[in-house]
Amino acid sequence: MNRMDPIVATCADPASAQRAIKALVSVGVKENEITVISAVPLDDWDSGDHEKASLMPWLVALGAILGGISGYLLVSLTQESYPIHTGGMPVVSLWTDGIITYELTMLGAILSTLLVLFWTAPLLRWKHPGNGIVEGEKIILEVVPAAAQLTERIKLVLQQCDPQPQARAPGPDIPGQSSV
Amino acid sequence: MKKTPDQINQDLLRPVVQTSPSFFLACGILGAVVLVGCYAWGYQLYHGIGVAGIGRPVFWGFYITNFVFWIGISHAGTLISAILRLSNAGWRRPITRCAEVITVFSLCIGAMFPLIHLGRSWLFFWLFPYPSERGLWPNYRSPLLWDFFAINTYLIGSVTFLILPIIPDMALVRERCTGWRKRLYNFLSLGWRGTRRQWACLEVAMHILAILIIPVAVSVHSIVSWDFAMTPVPLWHSTIFAPYFVAGAIFSGIAALIIALVFLRRFLHLEEYLEAVCFDNLGKLLLLMSLLWFYFVFAERLTVWYGNESSEIAVLWLTQRGAYRWLFWLMVVCNLGIPFPLLAIRKLRTITGTCIASIAVVLGMWVERYLIIVPSLSRKFLPYAWGSYKPTWVEITITAATFAAMALLYVGFVKVVPIISIWELKVGMREEARILSAASESELIGVRSTASPQIAERIGLERTYQAKT
Repeated sequence: MNRMDPIVATCADPASAQRAIKALVSVGVKENEITVISAVPLDDWDSGDHEKASLMPWLVALGAILGGISGYLLVSLTQESYPIHTGGMPVVSLWTDGIITYELTMLGAILSTLLVLFWTAPLLRWKHPGNGIVEGEKIILEVVPAAAQLTERIKLVLQQCDPQPQARAPGPDIPGQSSV
Repeated sequence: MKKTPDQINQDLLRPVVQTSPSFFLACGILGAVVLVGCYAWGYQLYHGIGVAGIGRPVFWGFYITNFVFWIGISHAGTLISAILRLSNAGWRRPITRCAEVITVFSLCIGAMFPLIHLGRSWLFFWLFPYPSERGLWPNYRSPLLWDFFAINTYLIGSVTFLILPIIPDMALVRERCTGWRKRLYNFLSLGWRGTRRQWACLEVAMHILAILIIPVAVSVHSIVSWDFAMTPVPLWHSTIFAPYFVAGAIFSGIAALIIALVFLRRFLHLEEYLEAVCFDNLGKLLLLMSLLWFYFVFAERLTVWYGNESSEIAVLWLTQRGAYRWLFWLMVVCNLGIPFPLLAIRKLRTITGTCIASIAVVLGMWVERYLIIVPSLSRKFLPYAWGSYKPTWVEITITAATFAAMALLYVGFVKVVPIISIWELKVGMREEARILSAASESELIGVRSTASPQIAERIGLERTYQAKT
């Protein structure tokens, strides 16, 4: 199915944007079809966005575990592959190897934070539809309706905050990027 | 500070979009000093490490002093920024990026010194953990290899911690540029649009990184201290070294941050953003670290003096009454004598006062690093191993050049990236507005409890500060 042109409206403030979103949902638009763009994080905006973000700590923990395991394997396997004379002391020394294991655990966590951010945000997708970014309190609402018959009703609803909501040519946007 | 978002954009993007002649002048002067340093390094590479003053028994001199010093300076940024982020200190917003940049650049400069110190620097890759043609792996029990892992982890973490909050600002610059600059900033903004999900993910990622980077920062300087403490050399083989080094690193780092902020404020005309409250708070932190530093020095020296072990007491008296006494007392004056009155007396804790104290601390901490390394090596256990060390022009030139390199990198960064995080500043303004409206509401009703305890506390603190100033 071809994607429809997004309908874009600029709301004066977060409150009017939230009212518009409620109205959009009531006419049958799904929340994941609406993208909210703002100049600063909307901390007091209650939505399901944090669900995606809340996966991040777990994935980071997984990255840390992988980093730690690879760190320990690096030091222990390589020490055993070239066993130097240690005068009866263990070849793999936990005290000293613990330091490298620790550092690689942290490195694993840091790199996985970065990768998970790129994946969940999502970033590294350079071509954007050209809405620009907004300033001040303004909020851009971008709606990509699944059903064509909703278009006129969406425009009508969006007139609450923007007298002239515009349909824009679809940019190489990312499916499912909607973030209400 | 009453500024509209447009004014903030204009003020903070000015250094990025406009280039003044003073920028080229600064780059020219600093670049010339760096080139002289490169010449000195080239001279050493060509003629061999013998042109440096190091030799038996003092094999660690200026280069390792600089290594420890710059790694210490790197603690300014990321650690302080992470702590302030986690504690949600409002005054941090204009200073976090300035601080994080210091970390990244000083780590790069610090990490260069082991390579310079190698003499045959082109063999640096022998330190990497890879199986060489002889089937040998590096010795994982060596603190020098721990350094390799710790510094690289910290560098990657610090670069990530610096870059993430820059992304939204890069998008802001992208919208204001044309031509090749637009393409450049479009690339640097990594496709940022400012969607709700992007903000949410960025904030969570920043929070996680702030938590991760603190133990990494502590581990880095602990490991640098273990380069010394793992060796049975008088005054090095001590359990106090790791916390002592970490405290000293934070101390010198805060001082470097204050100096950088003063220069940025003056030359980029950021007086309305880098307000007196930032310097006042950093001054208090510097005072705290000064006292902590003195506590560590006292504890270390008292224990050595009380133990009266001959090799250790020889080094102790060498630094306090012998050839290094001038440097020792200079260190005490710079790290405690000058900063204490300037920072403890409220009237003296001005921007100029904190700047003077910080310059003294940076000098004092460099001397401290020198005094940790050289006297201990020159007075080992047996008199046949005693000796002295005198730096040559090569070492002095390279040392001077690294300070110029740090400044040059900083100037270059300021030209490409807004040095104050614009979006974070706007978030701060919004929070401030919310607090003020809550305050006026509570005054209108006459009931203090209408504002939340946190808000009431912040209003109280703000008013106390205003009354003081």
